[in-house]
Amino acid sequence: MSSTGNSGRVLPWALVTPALGWTVLFFVLPFIAMGFSSLTAHEGGGFTLSNYSQFFTNPSYWQAMVNSLQVTAIVTMVSVLLAYPFAWILAEQVPERWQRLALMLAVLPFWTSYVVRSYSWLLVLAQNGVINRALTGSGLISEPLQLANTRLATVTGFVHFFVMLLTLTIFANLKQLSPSYRKAAADLGAGPVRTFLHVVLPLTLPGIMVGAFLTFVLCIGDYITPQILGGNNELLMPQLVMMQIGRRGDFPLASALSIILMAVVTIAYLACARWLKIERA
Amino acid sequence: MRSIVRIASWLYALAVYGFIFLPVVVLVLFSLQATSFPIPPFTGPSLRWYEAVLSDTRLTSALVNSLLVASISSATAVTLGFLCAWGFARFVLPGSGLLRGLITLPLTVSYLIIGMGLLVLFNWAGVPKSLLAAGIGHVVINLPLCFAIIYSQMGDHQINIERAARDLGAPEWKVVLLITVPVMAPAIFAGFFLSMTFSWDEFVISFLLTRFDTTLPVEIWNLLRSGLNPKTNAIGSLVFAVSIVLVVLFELTLLRRRKT
Repeated sequence: MSSTGNSGRVLPWALVTPALGWTVLFFVLPFIAMGFSSLTAHEGGGFTLSNYSQFFTNPSYWQAMVNSLQVTAIVTMVSVLLAYPFAWILAEQVPERWQRLALMLAVLPFWTSYVVRSYSWLLVLAQNGVINRALTGSGLISEPLQLANTRLATVTGFVHFFVMLLTLTIFANLKQLSPSYRKAAADLGAGPVRTFLHVVLPLTLPGIMVGAFLTFVLCIGDYITPQILGGNNELLMPQLVMMQIGRRGDFPLASALSIILMAVVTIAYLACARWLKIERA
Repeated sequence: MRSIVRIASWLYALAVYGFIFLPVVVLVLFSLQATSFPIPPFTGPSLRWYEAVLSDTRLTSALVNSLLVASISSATAVTLGFLCAWGFARFVLPGSGLLRGLITLPLTVSYLIIGMGLLVLFNWAGVPKSLLAAGIGHVVINLPLCFAIIYSQMGDHQINIERAARDLGAPEWKVVLLITVPVMAPAIFAGFFLSMTFSWDEFVISFLLTRFDTTLPVEIWNLLRSGLNPKTNAIGSLVFAVSIVLVVLFELTLLRRRKT
């Protein structure tokens, strides 16, 4: 496209090389370093597969992955089920000129600090927090409930975050849907329920899958929410990884666990690649 | 039937809004607590915890660090992203689809793993933990974002203006600085402010890659060890306020883009 002779070949590479170089140097290379590290022994170096075999033989490591997958699956399902009707209401029931405001309000808490967001759920769920005070105060229960430091707390913190994210993606998806599809279905005699089940839902499925995949990736790799809200009653994978670094300085094992975590995400990606590709095209 | 759906919709939407806003309202409300515990009953209003935060040098220096790392890493990310987007949008490069994929790849990897990788690499290379190391990590996560935003806004309509400038004898660097950058300014600012919000809020990379001087989210994390404390509420509310300002700036820059 450039007509300026020699610079036509040099210039484009001069433009893209800094960004490519940064990505290779600080993303690809670290990843390779991590791969090597995962194959060395913590004490004394030397190549070994023991970091990986530990994962499969040590039941507590294995359990962390099971916990992570369970929590992520629950969070993804609950978030989609909560967010879809909400996004639908925003797109269909709220008058057009209020929609932008309604959506902005819905994602406003998104912008509180990540650490603080989890902490503020602690204020709500603690022994003497808002919910327990309200329940004991009104005489519904006599003893405060154990809400914080449980899996329920972790899931609540996660769902809070992902409902906002999914509302955004599903809302965008619903708005992209041409109204003529719905009109056509109505003309052909379908009621609102049938139109929704057979027309709207299938057409928004790719968007839901993209949102669900995003939820999966962000949820399974997150350290803060389970650490603050879940306490140490059950470990999730990111907590296990951080423990190897923080308490034991065991980089090789932490690397191996990170790579296993990434492999799981890759498998999830391949599983929903069909929908993710549609979205990209 | 219609009105039932309407009422049910309203109730449902209210419930979800309630769920979404509950922790934030509690956070801000109890940051105004007059006594030492951020739990009911509410004893405020009082600004004493904001005063306590602003006179805490650890927190204020962490805040300055955060703003510094966020602005410098975002400026770097947006510069690299812009140049790269311009290169890919205007020139035909061999394997450009693959290379664009490489640039956006970090988006699909969790921050924890990016931080881990850098930690291992820096550890081997003997690079000490520092704000600079964390800043490098922030560029890694924000570069793909800046690139994607700017690349998607690089319309064909600018090609003609750029060609006209070249025909009139402008050297390539003048074309970029005087034509492309001003035309792309909204997308560039949008990328910059969005990166700012992500970097400003990023925890795990900073946690892994800094030691003595650190960023605000890490300092807040340290504060959490002392249990529930209205000081944390106050600093959290302040962070929220800064993020909102950045988001509004992001919205304004993108909105201006849409009108033109």
